[in-house]
Amino acid sequence: MTRIAGGLIDRSRTLTFTFDGQSFQGHPGDTLASALLAADVRLMGRSFKYHRPRGVLTSGSEEPNALVEVRTGGRQEPNTRATVQEVFEGLTARSQNRWPSLSFDALGINDRLNSFFAAGFYYKTFMWPAKFWEKLYEPIIRRAAGLGALTREADPDAYDKGFLHADLLVVGAGPAGLMAALTAGRAGLRVILADEDFLLGGRLNAESLAVGEQGSADWARSAAAELAALPTVRLMPRTTVFGVFDHGIYGAVERVSDHLPAPVQGQVRQTLWRIYAPQAIMATGAIERPIAFDNNDRPGVMLAGALRAYANRWAVVPGQRVAVFANNDDGLRTAVDLQAKGVDVVAVIDSREGGALLPGIRHLRGASVVDTSGRLGLTGITVEHRGRRETLAVDALGVSGGWNPNLGLMQQHRARPDWSDEIAAFVPARGPKGLVAVGAAAGVFSTHGALRTGAEAARAAAEALGRQAPYALPKAEDAPYRIAPLWAVKGASRAWVDQQNDVTVKDVKLAHQEAFSDVEHLKRYTTLGMATDQGKTGNLLGAAIMAELTGQSIEATGQTTYRPPFTPVSLGALGGRSKGRDFKPFRLTPSHHWAKSQGAVFVEVGMWLRTQWLPKAGETEWRQSVDREVLATRASVGICDVTTLGKIDVQGTDAAAFLDRVYANNFASLAIGKCRYGLMLREDGMVYDDGTTARLGPNEYVMTTTTANAVLVFRNLEYARQVLWPDLDVQIISTTEAWAQYSVAGPNARKLLQKLVDQDISDAGLPYMGCAEITIGGLRARLFRISFSGELAYEIAVPARYGDGLIRALVAAGEEFGAVVYGTEALGVMRVEKGHVAGNELNGTSTALNMGLGKMVSRKKEAIGVTLSGREALVAEDGLRLVGVKPVNPADAMKAGSHFLKIGAAPTVENDDGWLTSLVYSPHLGHYIALGYLRDGARRMGEKIRVVNLLAGTEIMAEIVSPHFIDPQGERLRG
Amino acid sequence: MLIPHPLLGPRDAQEFVYLGDAALIDRPDGADIPTMHDYLYLRDNPAGEHRELWYHEQGDRSWLVVTRNTVTHEILKVELARDVARAKGRSK
Repeated sequence: MTRIAGGLIDRSRTLTFTFDGQSFQGHPGDTLASALLAADVRLMGRSFKYHRPRGVLTSGSEEPNALVEVRTGGRQEPNTRATVQEVFEGLTARSQNRWPSLSFDALGINDRLNSFFAAGFYYKTFMWPAKFWEKLYEPIIRRAAGLGALTREADPDAYDKGFLHADLLVVGAGPAGLMAALTAGRAGLRVILADEDFLLGGRLNAESLAVGEQGSADWARSAAAELAALPTVRLMPRTTVFGVFDHGIYGAVERVSDHLPAPVQGQVRQTLWRIYAPQAIMATGAIERPIAFDNNDRPGVMLAGALRAYANRWAVVPGQRVAVFANNDDGLRTAVDLQAKGVDVVAVIDSREGGALLPGIRHLRGASVVDTSGRLGLTGITVEHRGRRETLAVDALGVSGGWNPNLGLMQQHRARPDWSDEIAAFVPARGPKGLVAVGAAAGVFSTHGALRTGAEAARAAAEALGRQAPYALPKAEDAPYRIAPLWAVKGASRAWVDQQNDVTVKDVKLAHQEAFSDVEHLKRYTTLGMATDQGKTGNLLGAAIMAELTGQSIEATGQTTYRPPFTPVSLGALGGRSKGRDFKPFRLTPSHHWAKSQGAVFVEVGMWLRTQWLPKAGETEWRQSVDREVLATRASVGICDVTTLGKIDVQGTDAAAFLDRVYANNFASLAIGKCRYGLMLREDGMVYDDGTTARLGPNEYVMTTTTANAVLVFRNLEYARQVLWPDLDVQIISTTEAWAQYSVAGPNARKLLQKLVDQDISDAGLPYMGCAEITIGGLRARLFRISFSGELAYEIAVPARYGDGLIRALVAAGEEFGAVVYGTEALGVMRVEKGHVAGNELNGTSTALNMGLGKMVSRKKEAIGVTLSGREALVAEDGLRLVGVKPVNPADAMKAGSHFLKIGAAPTVENDDGWLTSLVYSPHLGHYIALGYLRDGARRMGEKIRVVNLLAGTEIMAEIVSPHFIDPQGERLRG
Repeated sequence: MLIPHPLLGPRDAQEFVYLGDAALIDRPDGADIPTMHDYLYLRDNPAGEHRELWYHEQGDRSWLVVTRNTVTHEILKVELARDVARAKGRSK
């Protein structure tokens, strides 16, 4: 064991977990990485491409190497960073991308073959034969180059979405964030303090510094305790603010239960928060970067700050003999802290010349690490110092190439950061309005600087709200941060830049050689920064190496675009509750439960569930039910729920004029107590929607729309009355949900309804296309004599809460006539038999003329779409026309989706004569019938034509007929 | 995005439906085909300040004219489309 004294772990409790089947122990406060390091496990994964043995590089969410699969079954999650996964009792973790085992990985051969696997290798190697790519190359490559695997089991946990509002959002709870939240919280601002870590404090927990009279970690704990007690402050540990969106909206994911074996009853696994905060403080700290030198990726080589964090926070030293390689003062702290803890610090390799030497430590100035050794873990380093090479036996090496302000959030809106020579890093510039950077995230690296800038930003936020926020800073170190940039050490082998995607200095050189020098090209050519860590440790290093190659400055070379999310967000969190049955809400009609009790089969229409057909005992196949429903309706009477049709109440002294503008046909002449079929066009002249509109009074109309277009038509009506003709006196409101409506159709429809309706509904009392406000046993209702089926038919509407009662009353009243209840399939059969257009014909590319309704478009008035419906190509004499189609041999079954071809014409696009739009089996006629759009169709009645479906391989000889298969004179519906 | 609704204050953009260029207000009622064609199909697509029509569908059903910078998403002005249309001389 390499545990030392101290640390922020609870040694009073022991947690047992497994890694690759082997059992280990950790303590509350441990991450999987710290617990494994404490058990002398350095090898945690294999690299993406070369399958190189890898250990942990960092101590935070920027980790590129230590990716593991955690948990089992439906909760299994790949690519979890061991550096952020909290250890819990029973945790199971497995290494990834290795076979058969982590220490012996067969694909380690890729490492020996590395010269074949350089950047651009796939593009160059697998070019031909082209068809080999999909079938052969890609599957092999995908298997070899991989991360973790998905379980393919359903996730058993729930995920929530939530909304939060605050005066000030503070992202990051290090010294700057804590001080900002304290300053604002003490002044009474509504503050949210979010941090991705489970322990607030940031680097304060990783250092051996003092703040005020306390150790830095103790001060962080006191600050967090004070914040927790402030009534307007909300602390959100385990919460990553991953994205900055417009106008002060932030996306965050809270890992509510990721630290538990399973969510506590009633709790979710994660919550996706949308945080509204007009002001926000980015206190996200800094991320240390490595130095590229040969074989810098062995387990045991880690960032100096991480090495120090493991020692100070987790009481773990991942080695017995440690060295540090740094180009800045901060790296030296690691050597000092470790030595103070009694660790054998073999040497500090400092790339800078001159300056003071660390006391009591072998401190080599002007030196560098040029190579390392150790197959599955570091055993030694080769150091070059004053022209001499020396090999040192060490098993841990801390590397510090400097610190990059963690400025991703600030730059997500594409503003480019500024370069600072002083810290040799980019610092945030002009971010989104309301967001300011403080502390290390702003390039202010001392603890005092972090506390001061955090407090100042909070005071400014308070002042913007007209509040005072005085503060007093605790005493803290204000040491200068001195750095002399060193990016890559010259070498003969491979030096890693991006460890997760296996991008080396050689790859960057190759990209330059092949003219992919722009950082965005460099990224895509080498995959630098494209892994799950998004290059948090390697991106700047890659850009700096490219800058050296091109001779440009790093500032001019720039950085690739920062985009959300900052760290990966699970699809479960993004989906929230919207999965399975709850993916979207269902709308149910008032008689849904009655229909369900009758065994109805339902179909989704828009958001509605409609009865598709209603099987009777003994019916095993849908056609049996549908044929029965159709025949019974045409023979006697059928009842259909048409509640889902859109209903819009239109009132006002200009209501008639308004309808005349939005419908292509005339409405001004519609008499009170009458209905009319209306055709609505889009401004481009295509048919948009159709339906019946009834005039109930001088200034009162009720419009119906198709089920699917109800919302869109309403939107367009609002547009017409607010935007186009703002002074028309017309008010509209959707009443779709207010009325339950049923169609009663068939020769006995009137007889059935007369049993219920209080008024006279004889043909004289309510003629065809009439409408009336009636009563049913005193209950107010509406009756429309309209027909979609071609039969004598009515639609009867009652207030929605009486819908269930009405369907039962209708069915009871219909018993003596053998009434059926029919669904959308029978409805569809009957409308095709009658030649009515529906969704298949109203497809957004059809004009009224195409549908045979050209005469309805009135040229005598101004209405939406009328002008452009007259465009030359749209009014061509030989254009598509709606026709009926029936097979020459009644036994032939045409196929949906077929196209029309003249006899003898080759099946080419030029010869395409149109297509079949709606196909049904007509039980009435005893064969299939169809509607379709046929070129010059109106003049081709009686012509024989081929109905060809090349996909299904069918060809049926058919005859072109009128689309009105039944009762073309309309005698039934006027009966 | 947050859209400062002239009647309701700041509302989340998720409540709105976007239509497009507010030039659509200038419908040439009764115009010939070429004029109507140009009205319907020819739009500017500026990088910068843009006047747009938005509909508060999950709200009070107001059509709004939102003046927005398409580069920064900054919203400079929000008006009721009805007021804008009237100011442009549209009536019945």
